[in-house]
Amino acid sequence: MTANTQIPLFALLTSLLASVIIFALPEKGHRLRTSVNLAAAGLKLILVGVMVWGIFHGQSFEFAFTMLPGVQFVLRADALSMLFAGLSAVLWLLTTIYAVGYLEDSPNRSRFFGFFSLCVASTMGIALAGNLFTFFLFYEMLTLSTYPLVVHRGTRQALKAGRNYIIYTLTGGAVLLLAIAWLHGLVGDLPFRPGGHFSGLEPELQGPLTLVFVLLIAGLGVKAALVPLHGWLPQAMVAPAPVSALLHAVAVVKAGAFGIVRVVCEIYGLEAASQMGLLSGLALVSAITIIYGSTRALYQLDLKRRLAFSTISQVSYIILGVSLFGPVGVAGGLVHLVHQGIMKITLFFCAGNYAETLGVHRIDELDGAGRRMPGTSVAFTLGAFGMIGAPPLAGFVTKWTMGTGALAVGMDWVVVVLVVSSLLNAAYFLPILHRIWFAGQQQAWPHERRWGRLETSAWLLWPPLITAVALIVIGLLASMPFSPLSWVNLIVEQEVMQ
Amino acid sequence: MILGLMAGLLFTPLAWAVLTLLSGFERSRLISWLGILIQSLVSFALWAAVASEGGFHYQLGGWPAPLGIELRVDGLAVTFVMLTAVVGGACGWHAGIYLDPKKNWHRYFWPLFWFLWAGLNGVWLGADLFNLYVALELISLSAVGLVALGGQADALRAAIRYLMAALLGSLAYLLGVALIYGQFGSLSMGGISELLPAGSGQAGLIFALVLMIAGLALKTALFPLHGWLPPAHGIAKSPVSALLSALVVKASFYIAARLWLEFGEHLGSYGLAQLVGALGGVGVLWGSWLAFRQTRLKQVVAYSSVAQIGYLFLLFPLSWGVSEAVSLQAQQGMTLQVISHALAKAAMFLAAGNLIMSVGSNRVDALAGVSRFLPFSLFSFGLAGVSLMGLPPTGGFAAKWLLLQASLGSGQWWWLIVLLGGGLLSAAYVFRVYRASFIENSDTDLFFHPSRSLEVIPMILALLSLGLGLVAEPVLSVMALPFSKGGGG
Amino acid sequence: MSASLLYALAGVALCGIGLFGFITLAHLLRKLLAFNLIGSGVFLVLVGLAQRHGEPDPVPQALVLTGIVVAIAATALAVVLIRRYFHLSGHTTLRAETPERVPGRLKPQTRGDNPE
Repeated sequence: MTANTQIPLFALLTSLLASVIIFALPEKGHRLRTSVNLAAAGLKLILVGVMVWGIFHGQSFEFAFTMLPGVQFVLRADALSMLFAGLSAVLWLLTTIYAVGYLEDSPNRSRFFGFFSLCVASTMGIALAGNLFTFFLFYEMLTLSTYPLVVHRGTRQALKAGRNYIIYTLTGGAVLLLAIAWLHGLVGDLPFRPGGHFSGLEPELQGPLTLVFVLLIAGLGVKAALVPLHGWLPQAMVAPAPVSALLHAVAVVKAGAFGIVRVVCEIYGLEAASQMGLLSGLALVSAITIIYGSTRALYQLDLKRRLAFSTISQVSYIILGVSLFGPVGVAGGLVHLVHQGIMKITLFFCAGNYAETLGVHRIDELDGAGRRMPGTSVAFTLGAFGMIGAPPLAGFVTKWTMGTGALAVGMDWVVVVLVVSSLLNAAYFLPILHRIWFAGQQQAWPHERRWGRLETSAWLLWPPLITAVALIVIGLLASMPFSPLSWVNLIVEQEVMQ
Repeated sequence: MILGLMAGLLFTPLAWAVLTLLSGFERSRLISWLGILIQSLVSFALWAAVASEGGFHYQLGGWPAPLGIELRVDGLAVTFVMLTAVVGGACGWHAGIYLDPKKNWHRYFWPLFWFLWAGLNGVWLGADLFNLYVALELISLSAVGLVALGGQADALRAAIRYLMAALLGSLAYLLGVALIYGQFGSLSMGGISELLPAGSGQAGLIFALVLMIAGLALKTALFPLHGWLPPAHGIAKSPVSALLSALVVKASFYIAARLWLEFGEHLGSYGLAQLVGALGGVGVLWGSWLAFRQTRLKQVVAYSSVAQIGYLFLLFPLSWGVSEAVSLQAQQGMTLQVISHALAKAAMFLAAGNLIMSVGSNRVDALAGVSRFLPFSLFSFGLAGVSLMGLPPTGGFAAKWLLLQASLGSGQWWWLIVLLGGGLLSAAYVFRVYRASFIENSDTDLFFHPSRSLEVIPMILALLSLGLGLVAEPVLSVMALPFSKGGGG
Repeated sequence: MSASLLYALAGVALCGIGLFGFITLAHLLRKLLAFNLIGSGVFLVLVGLAQRHGEPDPVPQALVLTGIVVAIAATALAVVLIRRYFHLSGHTTLRAETPERVPGRLKPQTRGDNPE
């Protein structure tokens, strides 16, 4: 095995092994467990960096073996997988730091961090999967490894949320399995290929393939929280904040969206999908989700639930972008994968800080929080403005790119959707910001904790500040060679020009 | 050398049964653990021999069939021999530590265990119909004895019910054998399948096949003949339940499958195949539903067995009247299902035994808080559950994939509902147990810690079931000629 | 009607009677007897069919002998189990709600080799 075969496998193994080691450690071994976690996260980041560098210089990384007759297990690093893998590696490191601080003094930390590492291993597998079969393998593994995280607290609410989560995701998984098995039966084992496989398609396959497409999107749409399959997401907010941060910014929801991107671009191919009329349906569903999510967010009084509905809305931008069929539109959707991840994780980190430090869960309890916790509130503000799409932040880059892309293919209604949803974003974020900065504190904080001189624990403060700075930098430097947008343009060249 | 190994696989367990009959629990335990080691080595050696030299026929004592006993080993048979060694060995090891030596009737576990092993090997290696009957009876009687080992009235009830069902099934099978012998004058499966085309279509032969399959279905607890299984598997001691669910019910299924694949082409019909498959499908759904409703942990696992056994009978419709490729997929899928279910179910029962011993109660809701004290056993239970649900990357998933492909390839899309729906329903009862163990606000903090080796054994089995999914391709290629007609000789 | 057919039919009749008895009778010992009837019926069928080719065929006779041995072992096991079950529970059927047939024999908790 050459290095190029081994690296994808090792990127996966770092967190798998970390998980096994953490499960074996005694509950009291906090320091050792934290070091293992951070070491593994760092190692994974290095490996992903090596692969990114290699892809940029035209190398290829692939690991494959035959798992079942007629089916291959393939791990392949290409530009698209590195987009997701890079995001998840960086954010895992930050979330681990955050989680160590958040769960201080909690019971069952071994269990938590063990499954946490498994979750990240699954996400890395999803990113590196080279065909639908391998993708599915890790997709279901993700479901299984996130359940213990959702029910971590063991309260009735948590267990109920976990039960709903499992019902939704396993049913989605079954539908996805059906679609993949059917696809295999029709056309065999197809690897992901930029430009897709179905450009010159025989007419008699079109009917079954359309049905397969619907099933694939339905199965993936559960995790991607497409309306009406989104029901599990708001309830899953009962999980601890690092879990919400991970689930919503990096792992579960993105995995669903990433899967849809792979299916549309690299199995069907944009051209074929558009010819079969699939893209317009997808665009419609994602547009409905965008508006619905933002509208429901307006009525939420709990901070994390409002952010949850915001996620439902924002992730559909990715799908909307991909269904636009122009290179610019697709680029907009893909780059939002990264941008939304960073913005949302900032917001969730801050929400977690408010909950841990001040005991604040509801929005009307946030009055005056800006004075008490300035760092966190600045990060929150940046994240919120990014979501609204204010220049020069990352969110603006996305919306601008998608808007111009939509105009280029003549789908003007998409611009309307973008504008409306930005307005709705403003409508539900600005009141929060107003309360944080401009309202005086009305009553004592529900449950305050102090950490010395800093407003909150250092573990909890630095991650959101880092990601907030990142979203400014990414927005400002979007046209520079190593920004996410440039990377995405590299991808889109391959996808659309085939 | 292969001949010696094959004969050894039948006779060493019998010898060991006699040895352990003569000693008390502790000495029998040592003798048995030594015996397990030897049997495992012999099984492995046979596997290696078959992998390099191919299948084999052997006539004991040189007496030709039908009067003599004929043994045959091909890739499939040797895979099952290995499976018996692994699972049987694990259960024997577990039982040695789990069973209470102070109850002196527990010493009868060992001879019964060895007779059971001898019978199982007899089924895997047997080549003619009547010797399969004898081996089946040996298995049934030993299994009934093992169930009765519990000693209380309800264990005896379960044992009696099991015995009645087993005897009825064997007699139906024997009647079928009698009818077939009457027609063909031969008992060897290879010989009969050669003579079949001449006699196909005769109502008597079809009736014989139906009788045999019905009898074997009763012994395998196919819906609606499954009533004896939950009491027997639920009330028996955990290592015994593991042996029963993992291996014993598979023996009768193995024979039914061989019969179908060799004779079904001429004697079976589309209607019969679909009927058997439909009963299997209903069994999957009904068993899963009942498993979800049980309050006691071992009953959940026992009803889960009923459900998983239903999957096995999907082999019948998926291998009749379909193309070679599809039939092969169905057979491969079924073999993986048998192996992964055996490993997973044994792991589940052994882990359940540990959990019950630790918590001091066999109710599901008594599991609250156990994740902090017995994470190992709980994890094995969980991992085994993942295999039962057919989620990747376990062996259960590999089996499910192949069966899905076979259903799609043969156009019998209705089995997709059974396969996918069954997976979701099994998630219902597995997650019910997970959920119970995550509950935190409980007062019970008195847990008894079973010894470490008791926890390791189910973990090993669960990991094997997980690993099966990853090495499915090499395993399938060892069974080079699955269910071959007549082996290599 | 040839001898072999007569035997075979008699065997089938025995099977039928035995099956009927098994299904309708509740008492365990009677069920056991019914089983033995079925078994005898099957053996008779086996022997009867063997006569068809003119000269006696040793194979079915060997099979029947083996079968008889197996049936003895099974019957012995069944008898022991039924006896023990009766001793522990006082019931002679498997139906849970049946009242004890022989009052006064129900003492499950006070014997030496009792269940845990």
